Amino acid sequence: MHHLSLYLHFVKLRIRAQMEYRLSFLFELFAQSCIAVIDFFMIAILFARFKQLAGWTLWEVGLLYGMIGICFAFAEMFARGFDLFQDNVVRGEFDTMLIRPLDTFYQVFAHQFLLRRLGRLVQAIVVLLIASSQLAVSWTFAKVAYLLVALVGGTCFFIALAVIGATTCFWTVHSIELINIFTHGGLFMGSYPFSIYRQWFRHFFTFVIPLACVNYFPSLFLLGKSASVGVLIAPFVGCVFLGVAMLFWRWGVLRYQSTGH
Amino acid sequence: MIEVRNLSKSFKIYHHRKGFWGTFANLFSRKHRIVQAVDNVSFTVTRGEMVGYLGPNGAGKSTTIKMLTGILVPSSGSVTVNGYIPHRQRKENAKRIGVVFGQRSHLWFDLPVQESFELLRRIYRIPQEQYRRNVAMFDELLELGAFFQTPVRQLSLGQRMRADIGAALLHNPDVLFLDEPTIGLDVVAKSRIRQFIAQINTERQVTVVLTTHDLDDVEKLCNRVILIDDARLLFDGELATLRRMLSKERLLSVDYAEDYPDVRVPHAQITHREGTRVQYRFSPEKIRAAELIGTILQKFRIVDIAVQEPDIEELIKTVYEDNLILRKTSKII
Repeated sequence: MHHLSLYLHFVKLRIRAQMEYRLSFLFELFAQSCIAVIDFFMIAILFARFKQLAGWTLWEVGLLYGMIGICFAFAEMFARGFDLFQDNVVRGEFDTMLIRPLDTFYQVFAHQFLLRRLGRLVQAIVVLLIASSQLAVSWTFAKVAYLLVALVGGTCFFIALAVIGATTCFWTVHSIELINIFTHGGLFMGSYPFSIYRQWFRHFFTFVIPLACVNYFPSLFLLGKSASVGVLIAPFVGCVFLGVAMLFWRWGVLRYQSTGH
Repeated sequence: MIEVRNLSKSFKIYHHRKGFWGTFANLFSRKHRIVQAVDNVSFTVTRGEMVGYLGPNGAGKSTTIKMLTGILVPSSGSVTVNGYIPHRQRKENAKRIGVVFGQRSHLWFDLPVQESFELLRRIYRIPQEQYRRNVAMFDELLELGAFFQTPVRQLSLGQRMRADIGAALLHNPDVLFLDEPTIGLDVVAKSRIRQFIAQINTERQVTVVLTTHDLDDVEKLCNRVILIDDARLLFDGELATLRRMLSKERLLSVDYAEDYPDVRVPHAQITHREGTRVQYRFSPEKIRAAELIGTILQKFRIVDIAVQEPDIEELIKTVYEDNLILRKTSKII
Protein backbone atom coordinates (compact mmCIF):
# COMPACT_ATOMS: atom_id res chain seq x y z
CA MET A 1 0.00 0.00 0.00
CA HIS A 2 2.83 2.30 0.96
CA HIS A 3 4.65 1.37 -2.24
CA LEU A 4 1.61 2.01 -4.40
CA SER A 5 0.83 5.43 -2.97
CA LEU A 6 4.50 6.36 -3.18
CA TYR A 7 4.55 5.19 -6.80
CA LEU A 8 1.52 7.31 -7.65
CA HIS A 9 3.24 10.26 -6.02
CA PHE A 10 6.32 9.71 -8.19
CA VAL A 11 4.13 9.46 -11.29
CA LYS A 12 2.36 12.68 -10.36
CA LEU A 13 5.69 14.49 -10.07
CA ARG A 14 6.87 13.05 -13.40
CA ILE A 15 3.73 14.07 -15.23
CA ARG A 16 3.91 17.55 -13.78
CA ALA A 17 7.53 17.90 -14.92
CA GLN A 18 6.57 16.79 -18.44
CA MET A 19 3.63 19.18 -18.50
CA GLU A 20 5.93 22.10 -17.72
CA TYR A 21 6.77 22.18 -21.40
CA ARG A 22 3.20 21.82 -22.60
CA LEU A 23 3.74 22.71 -26.24
CA SER A 24 6.62 20.32 -26.61
CA PHE A 25 4.55 17.66 -24.90
CA LEU A 26 1.60 18.11 -27.24
CA PHE A 27 3.84 18.18 -30.26
CA GLU A 28 5.54 14.94 -29.29
CA LEU A 29 2.20 13.34 -28.56
CA PHE A 30 1.08 14.31 -32.06
CA ALA A 31 4.35 13.21 -33.68
CA GLN A 32 4.16 9.85 -31.88
CA SER A 33 0.69 9.16 -33.25
CA CYS A 34 1.70 10.27 -36.75
CA ILE A 35 4.67 7.92 -36.82
CA ALA A 36 2.47 5.07 -35.69
CA VAL A 37 -0.26 5.88 -38.23
CA ILE A 38 2.27 5.99 -41.08
CA ASP A 39 3.64 2.71 -39.79
CA PHE A 40 0.35 0.93 -40.20
CA PHE A 41 -0.39 2.75 -43.44
CA MET A 42 2.71 1.12 -44.93
CA ILE A 43 1.37 -2.30 -44.03
CA ALA A 44 -2.01 -1.38 -45.52
CA ILE A 45 -0.36 -0.34 -48.80
CA LEU A 46 1.42 -3.66 -48.93
CA PHE A 47 -1.87 -5.48 -48.54
CA ALA A 48 -3.62 -3.34 -51.16
CA ARG A 49 -1.25 -5.00 -53.62
CA PHE A 50 -0.92 -8.55 -52.26
CA LYS A 51 -4.24 -9.04 -50.42
CA GLN A 52 -2.75 -11.83 -48.31
CA LEU A 53 0.49 -12.60 -46.50
CA ALA A 54 1.12 -16.24 -45.67
CA GLY A 55 -2.61 -16.69 -45.38
CA TRP A 56 -3.16 -13.61 -43.20
CA THR A 57 -5.47 -10.80 -44.32
CA LEU A 58 -4.90 -7.12 -43.64
CA TRP A 59 -7.20 -6.99 -40.61
CA GLU A 60 -5.71 -10.11 -39.14
CA VAL A 61 -2.33 -8.40 -39.37
CA GLY A 62 -4.05 -5.33 -37.88
CA LEU A 63 -4.80 -7.43 -34.82
CA LEU A 64 -1.13 -8.45 -34.60
CA TYR A 65 -0.06 -4.86 -35.05
CA GLY A 66 -2.49 -3.41 -32.53
CA MET A 67 -1.54 -5.93 -29.86
CA ILE A 68 2.19 -5.48 -30.08
CA GLY A 69 1.78 -1.71 -30.36
CA ILE A 70 -0.22 -1.57 -27.12
CA CYS A 71 2.29 -3.74 -25.27
CA PHE A 72 5.22 -1.71 -26.52
CA ALA A 73 3.59 1.63 -25.64
CA PHE A 74 2.67 0.50 -22.12
CA ALA A 75 6.15 -0.88 -21.50
CA GLU A 76 7.77 2.35 -22.67
CA MET A 77 5.40 4.38 -20.53
CA PHE A 78 6.05 2.47 -17.31
CA ALA A 79 9.54 1.08 -17.69
CA ARG A 80 11.26 4.06 -19.25
CA GLY A 81 13.53 4.19 -16.21
CA PHE A 82 15.23 0.98 -17.34
CA ASP A 83 15.79 2.37 -20.85
CA LEU A 84 17.56 5.36 -19.35
CA PHE A 85 19.30 3.41 -16.62
CA GLN A 86 22.69 3.78 -18.28
CA ASP A 87 22.66 7.50 -17.44
CA ASN A 88 21.85 6.71 -13.80
CA VAL A 89 24.92 4.54 -13.56
CA VAL A 90 27.20 6.99 -15.35
CA ARG A 91 26.04 9.93 -13.21
CA GLY A 92 26.30 7.90 -10.02
CA GLU A 93 22.57 8.24 -9.30
CA PHE A 94 22.28 4.54 -8.66
CA ASP A 95 24.34 5.07 -5.48
CA THR A 96 21.50 7.25 -4.23
CA MET A 97 18.98 4.51 -4.93
CA LEU A 98 21.09 2.07 -2.94
CA ILE A 99 21.04 4.21 0.20
CA ARG A 100 17.23 4.39 0.19
CA PRO A 101 15.18 1.84 2.14
CA LEU A 102 13.38 0.75 -1.02
CA ASP A 103 13.88 -2.05 -3.51
CA THR A 104 16.17 -0.99 -6.36
CA PHE A 105 13.90 -2.51 -9.01
CA TYR A 106 10.99 -0.54 -7.63
CA GLN A 107 13.00 2.67 -7.59
CA VAL A 108 14.15 2.42 -11.20
CA PHE A 109 10.60 1.52 -12.21
CA ALA A 110 9.24 4.57 -10.37
CA HIS A 111 12.01 6.81 -11.65
CA GLN A 112 10.34 7.63 -14.96
CA PHE A 113 6.87 7.76 -16.38
CA LEU A 114 6.57 8.64 -20.03
CA LEU A 115 3.15 10.11 -20.59
CA ARG A 116 3.83 11.01 -24.21
CA ARG A 117 3.67 7.33 -25.16
CA LEU A 118 -0.07 7.88 -24.85
CA GLY A 119 -0.07 8.93 -28.52
CA ARG A 120 1.28 5.62 -29.64
CA LEU A 121 -0.97 3.75 -27.25
CA VAL A 122 -4.16 5.39 -28.51
CA GLN A 123 -3.22 4.73 -32.12
CA ALA A 124 -2.54 1.05 -31.39
CA ILE A 125 -5.83 0.69 -29.55
CA VAL A 126 -7.69 2.28 -32.48
CA VAL A 127 -6.07 -0.14 -34.96
CA LEU A 128 -6.94 -3.06 -32.68
CA LEU A 129 -10.57 -1.95 -32.37
CA ILE A 130 -11.04 -1.40 -36.11
CA ALA A 131 -9.36 -4.71 -36.90
CA SER A 132 -11.54 -6.63 -34.48
CA SER A 133 -14.68 -5.02 -35.84
CA GLN A 134 -13.70 -6.05 -39.38
CA LEU A 135 -12.87 -9.60 -38.37
CA ALA A 136 -15.44 -12.34 -37.85
CA VAL A 137 -14.28 -12.98 -34.28
CA SER A 138 -16.97 -13.74 -31.73
CA TRP A 139 -15.77 -11.87 -28.65
CA THR A 140 -16.76 -14.25 -25.92
CA PHE A 141 -15.86 -13.53 -22.30
CA ALA A 142 -13.06 -16.10 -22.50
CA LYS A 143 -11.55 -14.41 -25.55
CA VAL A 144 -11.68 -10.93 -24.04
CA ALA A 145 -10.08 -12.22 -20.85
CA TYR A 146 -7.46 -14.05 -22.93
CA LEU A 147 -6.72 -10.84 -24.86
CA LEU A 148 -6.29 -8.79 -21.67
CA VAL A 149 -3.94 -11.35 -20.14
CA ALA A 150 -2.00 -11.45 -23.42
CA LEU A 151 -1.63 -7.66 -23.36
CA VAL A 152 -0.33 -7.77 -19.79
CA GLY A 153 2.06 -10.59 -20.74
CA GLY A 154 3.26 -8.71 -23.80
CA THR A 155 3.86 -5.57 -21.76
CA CYS A 156 5.86 -7.69 -19.30
CA PHE A 157 7.87 -9.03 -22.24
CA PHE A 158 8.99 -5.57 -23.34
CA ILE A 159 9.62 -4.46 -19.76
CA ALA A 160 11.76 -7.58 -19.30
CA LEU A 161 13.86 -6.65 -22.35
CA ALA A 162 14.45 -3.18 -20.87
CA VAL A 163 15.38 -4.72 -17.51
CA ILE A 164 17.87 -7.09 -19.14
CA GLY A 165 19.38 -4.17 -21.06
CA ALA A 166 19.62 -2.11 -17.88
CA THR A 167 21.25 -4.96 -15.97
CA THR A 168 24.07 -5.22 -18.51
CA CYS A 169 24.94 -1.61 -17.56
CA PHE A 170 26.44 -2.98 -14.35
CA TRP A 171 29.28 -4.37 -16.44
CA THR A 172 29.43 -2.30 -19.56
CA VAL A 173 27.93 0.98 -20.59
CA HIS A 174 26.50 1.51 -24.08
CA SER A 175 25.11 -2.00 -24.18
CA ILE A 176 21.56 -0.67 -24.38
CA GLU A 177 21.84 -0.42 -28.18
CA LEU A 178 22.14 -4.17 -28.30
CA ILE A 179 18.88 -4.64 -26.47
CA ASN A 180 17.24 -2.05 -28.71
CA ILE A 181 17.79 -4.45 -31.59
CA PHE A 182 15.36 -6.77 -29.87
CA THR A 183 12.99 -4.08 -28.61
CA HIS A 184 12.52 -2.04 -31.77
CA GLY A 185 13.40 -4.92 -34.06
CA GLY A 186 10.87 -7.03 -32.19
CA LEU A 187 8.21 -4.38 -32.58
CA PHE A 188 8.79 -4.35 -36.33
CA MET A 189 9.02 -8.13 -36.73
CA GLY A 190 6.03 -8.74 -34.54
CA SER A 191 3.87 -6.61 -36.83
CA TYR A 192 3.93 -9.46 -39.37
CA PRO A 193 2.79 -13.08 -38.96
CA PHE A 194 5.61 -15.24 -37.70
CA SER A 195 4.98 -17.91 -40.30
CA ILE A 196 6.73 -15.77 -42.93
CA TYR A 197 10.08 -16.13 -41.10
CA ARG A 198 12.60 -18.97 -41.31
CA GLN A 199 12.42 -21.79 -38.82
CA TRP A 200 15.59 -21.11 -36.78
CA PHE A 201 14.50 -17.51 -36.54
CA ARG A 202 11.04 -18.48 -35.30
CA HIS A 203 12.55 -20.85 -32.76
CA PHE A 204 14.91 -18.20 -31.46
CA PHE A 205 12.08 -15.72 -30.98
CA THR A 206 9.90 -18.31 -29.32
CA PHE A 207 12.20 -20.19 -26.97
CA VAL A 208 15.05 -17.77 -26.30
CA ILE A 209 13.36 -14.40 -26.59
CA PRO A 210 9.63 -15.17 -26.46
CA LEU A 211 8.52 -12.42 -28.85
CA ALA A 212 6.07 -14.76 -30.60
CA CYS A 213 4.15 -15.10 -27.34
CA VAL A 214 3.37 -11.37 -27.31
CA ASN A 215 0.95 -11.35 -30.23
CA TYR A 216 1.47 -14.13 -32.76
CA PHE A 217 0.37 -17.11 -30.66
CA PRO A 218 -2.41 -15.12 -28.95
CA SER A 219 -3.68 -14.04 -32.39
CA LEU A 220 -3.77 -17.67 -33.51
CA PHE A 221 -6.10 -18.36 -30.62
CA LEU A 222 -8.24 -15.25 -31.02
CA LEU A 223 -8.66 -15.85 -34.77
CA GLY A 224 -9.51 -19.50 -34.16
CA LYS A 225 -6.47 -20.70 -36.11
CA SER A 226 -5.17 -22.79 -33.23
CA ALA A 227 -6.01 -23.76 -29.66
CA SER A 228 -3.02 -25.95 -28.78
CA VAL A 229 -1.56 -25.98 -25.25
CA GLY A 230 1.35 -23.83 -26.35
CA VAL A 231 -0.99 -21.18 -27.68
CA LEU A 232 -3.06 -21.26 -24.49
CA ILE A 233 -0.11 -20.68 -22.18
CA ALA A 234 1.49 -18.06 -24.47
CA PRO A 235 -0.01 -15.02 -22.63
CA PHE A 236 1.75 -16.07 -19.41
CA VAL A 237 5.18 -16.50 -20.96
CA GLY A 238 5.85 -12.74 -20.89
CA CYS A 239 5.28 -12.67 -17.12
CA VAL A 240 7.69 -15.56 -16.61
CA PHE A 241 10.21 -13.80 -18.83
CA LEU A 242 9.92 -10.70 -16.65
CA GLY A 243 10.44 -12.87 -13.56
CA VAL A 244 13.67 -14.20 -15.05
CA ALA A 245 14.75 -10.66 -15.95
CA MET A 246 14.12 -9.53 -12.35
CA LEU A 247 16.30 -12.35 -11.02
CA PHE A 248 19.00 -11.31 -13.46
CA TRP A 249 18.65 -7.73 -12.16
CA ARG A 250 18.97 -8.84 -8.55
CA TRP A 251 22.10 -10.77 -9.41
CA GLY A 252 23.52 -7.79 -11.32
CA VAL A 253 22.98 -5.29 -8.48
CA LEU A 254 25.34 -7.27 -6.25
CA ARG A 255 28.02 -6.83 -8.89
CA TYR A 256 27.61 -3.08 -9.15
CA GLN A 257 30.98 -1.31 -8.96
CA SER A 258 29.86 2.30 -8.54
CA THR A 259 31.95 5.13 -9.98
CA GLY A 260 34.76 7.27 -8.64
CA HIS A 261 36.10 5.22 -5.79
CA MET B 1 27.82 0.47 16.40
CA ILE B 2 30.17 0.01 13.43
CA GLU B 3 32.37 -3.06 13.19
CA VAL B 4 34.81 -3.46 10.34
CA ARG B 5 36.96 -6.61 10.23
CA ASN B 6 39.66 -7.34 7.64
CA LEU B 7 37.67 -5.48 5.04
CA SER B 8 38.98 -5.58 1.48
CA LYS B 9 37.61 -4.47 -1.84
CA SER B 10 39.16 -4.97 -5.23
CA PHE B 11 37.79 -3.75 -8.51
CA LYS B 12 38.10 -5.22 -11.93
CA ILE B 13 38.89 -2.42 -14.29
CA TYR B 14 37.87 -3.45 -17.77
CA HIS B 15 39.46 -2.51 -20.98
CA HIS B 16 36.64 -1.17 -23.16
CA ARG B 17 36.54 -1.83 -26.84
CA LYS B 18 34.86 0.86 -28.87
CA GLY B 19 32.26 0.76 -31.62
CA PHE B 20 29.31 -1.49 -32.28
CA TRP B 21 31.19 -4.77 -32.59
CA GLY B 22 33.46 -3.74 -29.75
CA THR B 23 30.45 -3.35 -27.49
CA PHE B 24 29.22 -6.71 -28.66
CA ALA B 25 32.57 -8.33 -27.99
CA ASN B 26 32.75 -6.63 -24.57
CA LEU B 27 29.79 -8.68 -23.45
CA PHE B 28 31.67 -11.91 -23.86
CA SER B 29 35.32 -11.36 -23.09
CA ARG B 30 37.29 -8.46 -21.83
CA LYS B 31 40.77 -7.76 -20.65
CA HIS B 32 40.91 -6.42 -17.14
CA ARG B 33 43.27 -5.55 -14.35
CA ILE B 34 42.59 -5.75 -10.63
CA VAL B 35 42.80 -2.65 -8.46
CA GLN B 36 42.93 -3.05 -4.70
CA ALA B 37 40.89 -0.13 -3.33
CA VAL B 38 40.66 -1.22 0.31
CA ASP B 39 43.08 -3.71 1.77
CA ASN B 40 42.50 -5.53 5.05
CA VAL B 41 41.10 -2.61 7.05
CA SER B 42 39.69 -3.12 10.56
CA PHE B 43 38.22 -0.64 13.04
CA THR B 44 35.34 -0.19 15.46
CA VAL B 45 33.26 2.91 16.06
CA THR B 46 31.11 3.18 19.17
CA ARG B 47 27.84 5.04 19.56
CA GLY B 48 28.09 8.81 19.61
CA GLU B 49 31.66 8.90 18.36
CA MET B 50 32.80 11.31 15.70
CA VAL B 51 35.54 9.81 13.59
CA GLY B 52 37.60 11.46 10.88
CA TYR B 53 38.46 9.04 8.09
CA LEU B 54 41.42 10.62 6.37
CA GLY B 55 43.49 9.95 3.35
CA PRO B 56 44.61 11.47 0.08
CA ASN B 57 42.53 11.16 -3.07
CA GLY B 58 42.19 7.59 -4.21
CA ALA B 59 43.22 6.16 -0.84
CA GLY B 60 40.02 4.15 -0.52
CA LYS B 61 37.96 6.46 1.71
CA SER B 62 34.85 6.54 -0.46
CA THR B 63 35.05 2.84 -1.21
CA THR B 64 35.00 2.12 2.52
CA ILE B 65 31.99 4.41 3.01
CA LYS B 66 30.22 2.73 0.10
CA MET B 67 30.69 -0.64 1.75
CA LEU B 68 29.39 0.69 5.07
CA THR B 69 26.30 2.12 3.39
CA GLY B 70 25.49 -0.99 1.35
CA ILE B 71 26.33 0.51 -2.05
CA LEU B 72 29.21 -1.86 -2.66
CA VAL B 73 29.65 -5.49 -1.73
CA PRO B 74 33.01 -6.20 -0.01
CA SER B 75 35.42 -8.58 -1.71
CA SER B 76 36.33 -10.07 1.65
CA GLY B 77 36.11 -9.31 5.35
CA SER B 78 33.03 -8.28 7.29
CA VAL B 79 31.10 -5.13 8.08
CA THR B 80 28.22 -4.54 10.47
CA VAL B 81 26.45 -1.25 11.08
CA ASN B 82 23.85 -1.16 13.87
CA GLY B 83 24.09 -4.95 13.79
CA TYR B 84 23.10 -5.11 10.12
CA ILE B 85 25.27 -6.34 7.29
CA PRO B 86 24.87 -3.39 4.90
CA HIS B 87 25.00 -5.18 1.55
CA ARG B 88 22.77 -8.05 2.67
CA GLN B 89 20.31 -6.10 4.80
CA ARG B 90 20.56 -3.00 2.68
CA LYS B 91 17.05 -1.67 3.26
CA GLU B 92 17.08 -2.22 7.04
CA ASN B 93 20.49 -0.56 7.23
CA ALA B 94 19.30 2.33 5.03
CA LYS B 95 16.54 3.19 7.52
CA ARG B 96 19.08 3.69 10.30
CA ILE B 97 21.79 5.64 8.44
CA GLY B 98 22.11 9.02 6.80
CA VAL B 99 24.49 9.54 3.89
CA VAL B 100 25.87 12.70 2.35
CA PHE B 101 28.28 12.78 -0.57
CA GLY B 102 29.92 16.14 -1.10
CA GLN B 103 30.43 15.47 -4.78
CA ARG B 104 26.85 14.65 -5.61
CA SER B 105 23.41 15.47 -4.31
CA HIS B 106 21.00 12.79 -3.18
CA LEU B 107 18.07 15.14 -3.73
CA TRP B 108 15.85 15.28 -6.80
CA PHE B 109 17.47 17.59 -9.26
CA ASP B 110 14.34 19.21 -10.67
CA LEU B 111 12.29 19.39 -7.47
CA PRO B 112 12.28 22.24 -4.96
CA VAL B 113 14.02 21.41 -1.67
CA GLN B 114 10.70 21.26 0.14
CA GLU B 115 9.27 18.67 -2.24
CA SER B 116 12.43 16.60 -2.00
CA PHE B 117 11.99 16.64 1.78
CA GLU B 118 8.32 15.65 1.41
CA LEU B 119 9.31 12.76 -0.80
CA LEU B 120 11.84 11.60 1.77
CA ARG B 121 9.15 11.81 4.43
CA ARG B 122 7.07 9.38 2.37
CA ILE B 123 9.99 7.10 1.49
CA TYR B 124 11.21 6.76 5.09
CA ARG B 125 7.65 6.89 6.49
CA ILE B 126 8.63 9.64 8.88
CA PRO B 127 5.81 10.55 11.31
CA GLN B 128 4.39 14.03 10.64
CA GLU B 129 5.29 15.29 14.10
CA GLN B 130 8.95 14.23 13.85
CA TYR B 131 9.13 15.59 10.31
CA ARG B 132 7.82 18.98 11.32
CA ARG B 133 10.16 19.19 14.31
CA ASN B 134 13.21 18.25 12.23
CA VAL B 135 12.43 20.65 9.41
CA ALA B 136 11.98 23.46 11.92
CA MET B 137 15.26 22.64 13.62
CA PHE B 138 17.26 22.33 10.40
CA ASP B 139 15.72 25.51 9.12
CA GLU B 140 16.88 27.32 12.21
CA LEU B 141 20.41 25.92 12.22
CA LEU B 142 21.08 25.68 8.50
CA GLU B 143 18.82 28.53 7.35
CA LEU B 144 17.08 26.46 4.73
CA GLY B 145 14.14 28.87 4.58
CA ALA B 146 15.85 31.16 2.08
CA PHE B 147 15.90 28.46 -0.61
CA PHE B 148 13.26 26.00 0.55
CA GLN B 149 11.15 26.56 -2.56
CA THR B 150 14.06 26.62 -5.02
CA PRO B 151 14.70 23.66 -7.31
CA VAL B 152 17.83 21.80 -6.26
CA ARG B 153 19.53 22.38 -9.59
CA GLN B 154 19.47 26.15 -8.97
CA LEU B 155 21.10 26.02 -5.54
CA SER B 156 24.64 27.18 -4.84
CA LEU B 157 27.07 24.52 -3.67
CA GLY B 158 26.83 25.68 -0.05
CA GLN B 159 23.02 25.72 -0.12
CA ARG B 160 22.89 22.33 -1.76
CA MET B 161 25.20 20.91 0.89
CA ARG B 162 23.02 22.29 3.69
CA ALA B 163 19.91 20.88 2.04
CA ASP B 164 21.59 17.49 1.58
CA ILE B 165 22.73 17.29 5.20
CA GLY B 166 19.26 18.22 6.42
CA ALA B 167 17.74 15.62 4.10
CA ALA B 168 20.08 12.92 5.41
CA LEU B 169 18.95 13.56 9.00
CA LEU B 170 15.18 13.81 8.51
CA HIS B 171 14.58 10.19 9.53
CA ASN B 172 16.67 10.49 12.72
CA PRO B 173 19.45 8.10 11.69
CA ASP B 174 21.80 6.61 14.29
CA VAL B 175 24.81 6.95 12.04
CA LEU B 176 25.68 9.76 9.68
CA PHE B 177 28.20 9.17 6.91
CA LEU B 178 29.67 12.31 5.44
CA ASP B 179 31.89 11.95 2.41
CA GLU B 180 33.81 15.20 1.81
CA PRO B 181 31.00 17.40 3.17
CA THR B 182 32.92 20.66 2.88
CA ILE B 183 34.56 20.14 -0.49
CA GLY B 184 34.56 23.30 -2.56
CA LEU B 185 32.84 25.44 0.08
CA ASP B 186 33.92 28.86 1.30
CA VAL B 187 35.07 29.49 4.87
CA VAL B 188 31.71 30.73 6.14
CA ALA B 189 29.78 27.82 4.68
CA LYS B 190 32.33 25.35 6.02
CA SER B 191 32.14 26.66 9.56
CA ARG B 192 28.33 26.69 9.51
CA ILE B 193 28.23 23.05 8.44
CA ARG B 194 30.85 22.04 11.00
CA GLN B 195 28.87 23.72 13.76
CA PHE B 196 25.75 21.90 12.72
CA ILE B 197 27.45 18.51 12.59
CA ALA B 198 28.99 19.06 16.04
CA GLN B 199 25.60 20.01 17.46
CA ILE B 200 23.81 17.00 15.96
CA ASN B 201 26.54 14.76 17.31
CA THR B 202 26.31 16.02 20.88
CA GLU B 203 22.55 16.62 21.11
CA ARG B 204 21.32 13.51 19.35
CA GLN B 205 24.23 11.17 20.00
CA VAL B 206 24.46 10.55 16.26
CA THR B 207 27.59 8.60 15.36
CA VAL B 208 29.45 10.47 12.64
CA VAL B 209 31.96 9.07 10.19
CA LEU B 210 33.51 11.86 8.20
CA THR B 211 35.83 11.38 5.26
CA THR B 212 37.76 14.39 4.22
CA HIS B 213 41.07 15.62 3.07
CA ASP B 214 40.39 18.99 4.67
CA LEU B 215 42.27 18.75 7.95
CA ASP B 216 40.45 21.75 9.33
CA ASP B 217 37.31 19.61 9.39
CA VAL B 218 39.11 17.05 11.49
CA GLU B 219 40.72 19.50 13.87
CA LYS B 220 37.41 21.23 14.52
CA LEU B 221 35.27 18.11 14.78
CA CYS B 222 37.02 14.85 15.52
CA ASN B 223 38.91 13.52 18.50
CA ARG B 224 39.67 10.34 16.73
CA VAL B 225 41.20 9.88 13.32
CA ILE B 226 41.65 6.87 11.10
CA LEU B 227 44.28 7.41 8.49
CA ILE B 228 44.43 5.35 5.34
CA ASP B 229 46.70 5.51 2.37
CA ASP B 230 47.02 3.30 -0.64
CA ALA B 231 44.10 1.17 0.57
CA ARG B 232 45.74 0.33 3.91
CA LEU B 233 45.21 1.54 7.45
CA LEU B 234 48.09 3.69 8.65
CA PHE B 235 46.86 4.95 11.97
CA ASP B 236 43.84 4.70 14.23
CA GLY B 237 43.76 6.74 17.39
CA GLU B 238 43.40 10.16 18.92
CA LEU B 239 44.37 13.19 16.94
CA ALA B 240 46.57 14.32 19.84
CA THR B 241 48.47 11.02 19.80
CA LEU B 242 49.07 11.34 16.11
CA ARG B 243 50.38 14.82 16.65
CA ARG B 244 52.67 13.75 19.48
CA MET B 245 54.05 10.85 17.50
CA LEU B 246 54.84 13.00 14.58
CA SER B 247 55.85 16.24 16.20
CA LYS B 248 59.37 15.17 16.86
CA GLU B 249 60.34 17.98 14.60
CA ARG B 250 59.92 21.64 15.42
CA LEU B 251 60.05 24.77 13.37
CA LEU B 252 62.06 27.86 14.19
CA SER B 253 61.19 31.13 12.51
CA VAL B 254 63.73 33.92 12.64
CA ASP B 255 63.46 37.48 11.45
CA TYR B 256 66.99 38.78 10.91
CA ALA B 257 68.02 42.40 11.26
CA GLU B 258 70.08 42.22 8.08
CA ASP B 259 69.90 40.27 4.86
CA TYR B 260 72.77 37.87 5.63
CA PRO B 261 73.96 35.91 2.58
CA ASP B 262 74.65 32.72 4.55
CA VAL B 263 72.33 31.92 7.46
CA ARG B 264 73.08 28.22 7.75
CA VAL B 265 73.43 26.78 11.26
CA PRO B 266 74.43 23.26 12.31
CA HIS B 267 71.70 20.64 13.08
CA ALA B 268 68.92 22.70 11.49
CA GLN B 269 67.64 22.73 7.94
CA ILE B 270 66.35 25.80 6.17
CA THR B 271 62.86 25.03 4.95
CA HIS B 272 61.87 28.45 3.78
CA ARG B 273 63.56 31.79 3.14
CA GLU B 274 62.03 35.07 2.18
CA GLY B 275 64.42 38.05 2.50
CA THR B 276 65.36 38.42 6.13
CA ARG B 277 62.75 35.91 7.26
CA VAL B 278 64.04 32.35 7.54
CA GLN B 279 62.38 29.17 8.73
CA TYR B 280 64.42 26.25 10.08
CA ARG B 281 63.37 22.73 10.86
CA PHE B 282 65.13 20.92 13.67
CA SER B 283 64.81 17.85 15.78
CA PRO B 284 64.89 18.43 19.59
CA GLU B 285 66.59 15.05 19.96
CA LYS B 286 69.66 16.38 18.16
CA ILE B 287 69.69 19.96 19.31
CA ARG B 288 67.60 21.68 21.96
CA ALA B 289 65.78 24.83 21.01
CA ALA B 290 67.79 26.92 23.52
CA GLU B 291 71.07 25.74 22.03
CA LEU B 292 69.95 26.47 18.52
CA ILE B 293 68.76 29.93 19.42
CA GLY B 294 72.06 30.53 21.26
CA THR B 295 74.05 29.62 18.15
CA ILE B 296 71.98 31.96 16.01
CA LEU B 297 72.27 34.85 18.49
CA GLN B 298 76.05 34.45 18.54
CA LYS B 299 76.34 34.72 14.79
CA PHE B 300 73.62 37.19 13.76
CA ARG B 301 71.53 40.08 14.93
CA ILE B 302 67.84 39.29 14.97
CA VAL B 303 64.53 41.17 15.21
CA ASP B 304 62.20 38.34 16.19
CA ILE B 305 62.32 34.62 16.86
CA ALA B 306 59.65 31.95 17.42
CA VAL B 307 59.48 28.16 17.90
CA GLN B 308 56.46 26.37 16.43
CA GLU B 309 55.03 22.91 16.13
CA PRO B 310 54.32 21.97 12.57
CA ASP B 311 50.61 22.08 11.70
CA ILE B 312 48.68 18.92 11.13
CA GLU B 313 48.64 19.28 7.39
CA GLU B 314 52.42 19.25 7.37
CA LEU B 315 52.41 16.29 9.72
CA ILE B 316 50.19 14.20 7.59
CA LYS B 317 52.17 15.07 4.53
CA THR B 318 55.23 13.59 6.21
CA VAL B 319 53.21 10.50 7.05
CA TYR B 320 52.31 9.99 3.45
CA GLU B 321 55.80 10.73 2.25
CA ASP B 322 57.36 8.33 4.67
CA ASN B 323 54.76 6.07 6.18
CA LEU B 324 57.47 3.79 7.51
CA ILE B 325 57.78 5.89 10.65
CA LEU B 326 54.19 5.17 11.51
CA ARG B 327 54.29 1.55 10.61
CA LYS B 328 57.05 1.08 13.16
CA THR B 329 55.50 3.10 15.93
CA SER B 330 51.76 2.71 15.59
CA LYS B 331 50.16 0.17 17.86
CA ILE B 332 47.83 -1.03 15.16
CA ILE B 333 50.24 -2.17 12.53
